[in-house]
Amino acid sequence: MTGRVFDIKRYSIHDGPGIRTTVFLKGCALRCLWCHNPESVEAGPELMHWPARCSRCYACIKACPKAAISKDAAGAVVIDRRTCDLCGECAEACLYDAMQMVGRDMSVEDVLSEVEKDRVFYEQSGGGITLSGGDPFVQAAFAEALLDGCRERGMRTAVDTAGLSQNGVLDRLAAKADLILYDLKCMDDTRHREFTGVSNAPILDNLRRLAAGRTEIWARIPLVLGVNDDDDNIRRTIAFLSSLKTIRRVGILPYHSGGLEKARRIGRESHFRKFETPSEGRIAAVEAAFREAGFEVRRGG
Amino acid sequence: MNERIKKLRRQTLEAKPTISAERAKLVTEFYKKPETRGLSTPMQRALAFKHIMEKKSIVFNDSELIVGERGPAPKATPTYPEVCIHSLQDLRYLNDRKKTAFASDDEARRVYAEEIIPFWRGRSQRDRIFAEMTKEWIDAYEAGVFTEFMEQRAPGHTVLDGKIYRKGMLDFKKDIEAALAALDFMNDPAAYDKQEELKAMAVSVEAMVAFARRHAEKARELAKGEKDPARKKELERIAEVCDRVPARAPRDFWEALQAYWFVHLGVITEYNTWDSFNPGRLDQHLWPFYQTGLADGTLTKESARELLQAFWVKFNNQPAPPKVGVTAEESGTYTDFALINVGGLKEDGTDGVNELSFLLLDVIEEMRILQPSSMVQVSAKGPDSFLLRALKIVKTGFGQPSIFNTDAIVQELVRQGKSVVDARNGGASGCVESGAFGKEAYILTGYFNLPKVFEITLNNGIDPRTGRKIGLETGDPTAFKTFDELFEAFRKQVRHFVDIKVRGSNVIERLYAIYLPAPFLSVLVDDCVKSGKDYHAGGARYNTNYIQGVGVGTITDILSSVRYNVYDNGHFTMKELLEALKSNFVGYEALRQRVLNRTPKFGNDDDYADGLMKRIFEAYFEAIDGRPTPRGGSYRINLLPTTAHIYFGKMTGATADGRLAGDAVSEGVSPVQGADRKGPTAVIKSLGKMDHIRTGGTLLNQKFTPQLLADDTGLAAVKDLVRSYFRLMGHHIQFNVVTADLLREAQAQPEKYRDLIVRVAGYSDYFVDCSTELQDEIIHRTEHQEL
Repeated sequence: MTGRVFDIKRYSIHDGPGIRTTVFLKGCALRCLWCHNPESVEAGPELMHWPARCSRCYACIKACPKAAISKDAAGAVVIDRRTCDLCGECAEACLYDAMQMVGRDMSVEDVLSEVEKDRVFYEQSGGGITLSGGDPFVQAAFAEALLDGCRERGMRTAVDTAGLSQNGVLDRLAAKADLILYDLKCMDDTRHREFTGVSNAPILDNLRRLAAGRTEIWARIPLVLGVNDDDDNIRRTIAFLSSLKTIRRVGILPYHSGGLEKARRIGRESHFRKFETPSEGRIAAVEAAFREAGFEVRRGG
Repeated sequence: MNERIKKLRRQTLEAKPTISAERAKLVTEFYKKPETRGLSTPMQRALAFKHIMEKKSIVFNDSELIVGERGPAPKATPTYPEVCIHSLQDLRYLNDRKKTAFASDDEARRVYAEEIIPFWRGRSQRDRIFAEMTKEWIDAYEAGVFTEFMEQRAPGHTVLDGKIYRKGMLDFKKDIEAALAALDFMNDPAAYDKQEELKAMAVSVEAMVAFARRHAEKARELAKGEKDPARKKELERIAEVCDRVPARAPRDFWEALQAYWFVHLGVITEYNTWDSFNPGRLDQHLWPFYQTGLADGTLTKESARELLQAFWVKFNNQPAPPKVGVTAEESGTYTDFALINVGGLKEDGTDGVNELSFLLLDVIEEMRILQPSSMVQVSAKGPDSFLLRALKIVKTGFGQPSIFNTDAIVQELVRQGKSVVDARNGGASGCVESGAFGKEAYILTGYFNLPKVFEITLNNGIDPRTGRKIGLETGDPTAFKTFDELFEAFRKQVRHFVDIKVRGSNVIERLYAIYLPAPFLSVLVDDCVKSGKDYHAGGARYNTNYIQGVGVGTITDILSSVRYNVYDNGHFTMKELLEALKSNFVGYEALRQRVLNRTPKFGNDDDYADGLMKRIFEAYFEAIDGRPTPRGGSYRINLLPTTAHIYFGKMTGATADGRLAGDAVSEGVSPVQGADRKGPTAVIKSLGKMDHIRTGGTLLNQKFTPQLLADDTGLAAVKDLVRSYFRLMGHHIQFNVVTADLLREAQAQPEKYRDLIVRVAGYSDYFVDCSTELQDEIIHRTEHQEL
């Protein structure tokens, strides 16, 4: 079995306890306008262009069988993304890594042997593997095989999910992980639809059910100015999480605009928007509110 | 930090390094005496030492508690013309250079011109050494294949153990007298030599005692004239301390520190030893005095802290003796590598971390001065709290303390034949070198430029920089059909230059044994007294010569590139590669980018490259390890560069890993700068494949931004990185916390900093991959967190 992976990041220390390797699976069910990993959203492979690395040798133009790459008046490389069929020849030809394919198909074995390389660090630190995305449950069978593989090899796992999946997939996989990192955006459903493209009802339902299960859950909240950092939303989030009784830990992830640059690199900037980071004072106030409600709060996961 | 220490710290930070001709003058005066000539060499050396210790100026700095300076003022640095002579140009150059200048006045230059240079010209050790070196040695030395430590500084690489806290100089004298009385002139053909050496040791001990007494007298004299009653009392106490130590064993914490300090001054006045001597396991040595002092009320934690801080300042007052000739231009530093060891194991194998270990870390953090340098020994038995405390200091970003694996050090020393107890009482010194403290002469003989040797191999024995043939003709590289043939040629070339180096070192070692024995140092290192042999002549219990390999990362990436691109995948031919290197990649940019971005590199946990590192390690190890030295010890390898990787880079043309001519080669065992792109765990895994246990030390540098260490999560993760590296039996790791300036440089030259990880927000990313605005924000944040 293969899955589509867009990154494997070692020494990840903010996606669960200890030193971890995070496996980023491609594809997400949500379309959050602030997404900090825009290259994770679509399930298919994508072509990423790094103008800063480009030496203007134009090897990519020569390599492209579809003539989808050209140079503009200033000599900069331009990709016609409608013509491009993502064959990857330009990335192969570019020795400067200015053209890169995002999303490669890897077998379960390949991923496992890669993540196993840092076993000594997991054992020392109480870390392990985190499946992230996108949402790893978009590739449910692959994610499940990875969780099984890790368990067989004695490595602990975490799953970072947006919580939107049907047919009991989430429950089955959640039971196989040692930890769930569960993202919450905003409690108001209209807003949730506006900013993420989907209703929060199934997400909240899923969390209610999972919270009654055996796997530990840490909630994570990307904090975006004017979207979900208001008192009302924070109050409702706290009320909801408190009502679940089993969730003790909350990660606050302040928004940053780094995702926009990545969106530009894959030619999808029009699908995202620039937001603002809440002020330090505001972030601290939100953290304090959660702490007061009895949660253990960590900045950044 | 109290007012006194603030003042002392300010004094040392503001003191300007100068050249002092005092010692040179005294030693010359002594050697000019007609009666000197009739003496045996050891006695000449001992009496010269005595002459200096009896005549040199006695310095008391305002408010200090621990007394004694090497020169006539803080940072007034003596010279050692019997080892090497500074020319007038050297003195001018040292005076004028912008960085690490040593000022010299007209009087010093006059003394040099009129007395020192005329007397010692042709008679210094440096003159003898260069006269004795073979043409092939000179050729290789000038080409930058290796350096030679002993050409201008004496081989003093050792560290003290606990003996001076249990015995005074007068006790050592009794031991010396007993050894003299036991000499067997009937059966021991070396009896006379031993007699002269032992007599010399006895004289040097007297010299040390006399030096301390002079301080006692001076303290009493100052006390008489002192108006401030508190200071008067201190001076009287100092007089009492100097009367007691080092003549007799110290009785308390203060005396213990002062005893060490006098001994330290003795060692660094006798010679300009490399890698200045240091007390080594200070928390272990002082522990009994600390406990007793606290128990009987003569010491408090705060008074202990003040004494330690006063002690710390003394090291910073002694910059490294400045070099001469080209070396003066190549390496500018004040650091003399006095590396205080904190933590580790006790000799019974139990955890050695104690309350004093933590107090020493406080001192290191508060003092924040260049010298002494400091390190923590982390054993598997040591507590995490100790390592975490050390990392909190690391995070403040002044490169200290460095972190060592006690368990690796012990295994390394035991493999070399030391007893397990001697190994546990040892540690690391200088940069990273393992040693059995107080019992071993472990001499660094010089750095060895591995990438240069490969360059010579690719040119069939010729150094392309000069066009001179200095190596073996190992064959035209375009004729090699397999990578193995090429590797074999490289292996032979390594062996060839190691042979040249070893031959040279074996001669130099004898020149020191014959012409410049070190009787005072010999008293301090077991078993010189017992054997009646000098430290330089094999008197120490253990004797080791190191040849320090430099450029492990670079040479691995070079071989990986050649193998991957020429032999395994045919991306280009050997002929094309040679052309590209010759033209410093001009016109070969695509080839260079392939080599930089599409070729396996060391430091990424990639067996293709890491396997080659192991092969190179074996070739280097086999060429050196176990070869006999004249002192009766063995040659060993270690892998560290100090700053030689910059000099070696200057001497080496473009290399097959994409490095441009003249750029520095990789440093320590760290990957080539920017070549490790999979994060710190991959670096540590790659390094974990190296057999550190068969070295005498390796040096791994990791760069971190302060944000990665900012919170408890970050600190705990770094603690676990270190623990994991040590489980893989890594020897040493040090964290350089990057500055905003370095980030700006990375912004301007991203290709060199592709390894630099920064914490963005809830996650970390490669700095050079972040958008410019994000980079600016991180720079701003880093600046904000700097002190």
